[in-house]
Amino acid sequence: MSRQATSVRAVGSSAPPAKGPRLLGEPAGTDLTRHQAIHDARPDLGRAKRGHAGHLVSEIERSGLAGRGGGWFPTGRKLQAVVEAAHHARKDPVVVVNAMEGEPAASKDAVLVHRNPHLILDGAVLAAEAIGASVAHIAAHRGSRAISTFERAIEQRRGRDSVELRLHVGPDRYVASEESALAHFVGEGVALPVSVPPRVFESGVRRRPTFLANAETMAHIALIARYGAPWFRSVGDTTHPGTTLISVSGAVGSPGVIEVPTGTPVRDILGLAGGTTGSMRAAVTGGYGGSWVSAADVIDSPWTVGGLAAVGGIPGAGVLAVLPMEGCGLIETARVVHWMAGQGAGQCGPCRFGLAAVAADFSSLASARMKAPGLAALHSRLGIIPGRGACKHPDGAVRFAASALVVFQDEVDLHMSGRCSSTQRSPMLRVPSGTVTLPVSRPGEEWR
Amino acid sequence: MSGQILRIDRITCDGFGTCAQLLPERVILDEWGYPVIDPTPVRGSELQHAKRAVNACPRLALHLEKAPQVSTSASGHGR
Repeated sequence: MSRQATSVRAVGSSAPPAKGPRLLGEPAGTDLTRHQAIHDARPDLGRAKRGHAGHLVSEIERSGLAGRGGGWFPTGRKLQAVVEAAHHARKDPVVVVNAMEGEPAASKDAVLVHRNPHLILDGAVLAAEAIGASVAHIAAHRGSRAISTFERAIEQRRGRDSVELRLHVGPDRYVASEESALAHFVGEGVALPVSVPPRVFESGVRRRPTFLANAETMAHIALIARYGAPWFRSVGDTTHPGTTLISVSGAVGSPGVIEVPTGTPVRDILGLAGGTTGSMRAAVTGGYGGSWVSAADVIDSPWTVGGLAAVGGIPGAGVLAVLPMEGCGLIETARVVHWMAGQGAGQCGPCRFGLAAVAADFSSLASARMKAPGLAALHSRLGIIPGRGACKHPDGAVRFAASALVVFQDEVDLHMSGRCSSTQRSPMLRVPSGTVTLPVSRPGEEWR
Repeated sequence: MSGQILRIDRITCDGFGTCAQLLPERVILDEWGYPVIDPTPVRGSELQHAKRAVNACPRLALHLEKAPQVSTSASGHGR
């Protein structure tokens, strides 16, 4: 039964759905009619005037929603900042949905787009109306299945939204999904970060105030508009409530994307992913710009910004990758750091030359050829690079590399004496093929 | 008094190193020749030297700016 065309005029006035997954509750391939039967039609909250915030903005502030693209910044405050910037600049703001998912260890946005494209688009339209924007741009990367899914979904909605939806196909490069790079790409077709300030919220797409948010964040907005802030806050952690998507990979029984309330202990997240296969040595949290945490530290941590920070981790873009006891964290890190070094825009010297140097150091360390002065140089490089790029790409790569030296301290000692504890031969952390050559060999193997 | 701080546009900077020559008490170069800057406010007699370094940068990548307020949240302001 279709309930389209019902006109809901107040935020949060739909009857709350049954308990269960919020974002991944719809079967894959759901069309608009079915989507509306499951979730009610998109509420018609009207369009705010330029410089004014619609009721949805304050509802989102009350909900405690924080950005799921990795920053976990309060979404309501971001929306409010865009509204104020639009008021001061006397320009109409725009909305950008970031569905680029540049993170190789993440697949949550791909899964969400596949399962629920209309919820993401509802969120984009509702956010646009709430800040007085008339265009919402959707960006997904070249070659991804999200492109055709969005094309179909946008076609199904033709004539039903007061906001124009424009799909953009972005380059498959890690730094292209960085927010200033993405706003630059949507506006001018150049997917390179720009110097900030001004930040994207005040001067983004073609210098317009821009509300740029991750696809998952947009989907949560669509649910908050229907069911309200109290419903949103009814599950999850108090600081950052709601559910969140996590891409679980590595040494687990069933790798994939799961939806859990924030604050769920890592142990339970791993359980939902089929449990670890064998014993866990450490895990990557957040992504390749995130950090390693040892098994002992991570296993009982709640999946929250604060809970993971207490053990040196971050939730980031919802990545949890398990390294088994047989794996070598230094070899894994060398591969990732090489890839990250090649994924920058090459615009800023400290990132361009610094990450290349760190990657070379890690090759030497991973293959157990490093000498003491080399290790000292690596530490000093890791100390001097962060904060010296236009964007945060170098900071993320350095955080990841530095965390490996801490978490795998015993392995570092072993490698410095020419040995390696690893017995596993296949890599655990994947990097896109064809994008990087791997000057990383196992100790004892020749690779020159 | 919050004073002024030195800021580098990292994309524009090409590592000429003029700033480190003219303002060694504030700027050192990393091993790749790119500046590392003392982030504390520039005051008093140092200000003249800092202005000279700003004007001498061949890429116009060095700037003297009013020191930001204490709040440095991602969106600058909120409730």
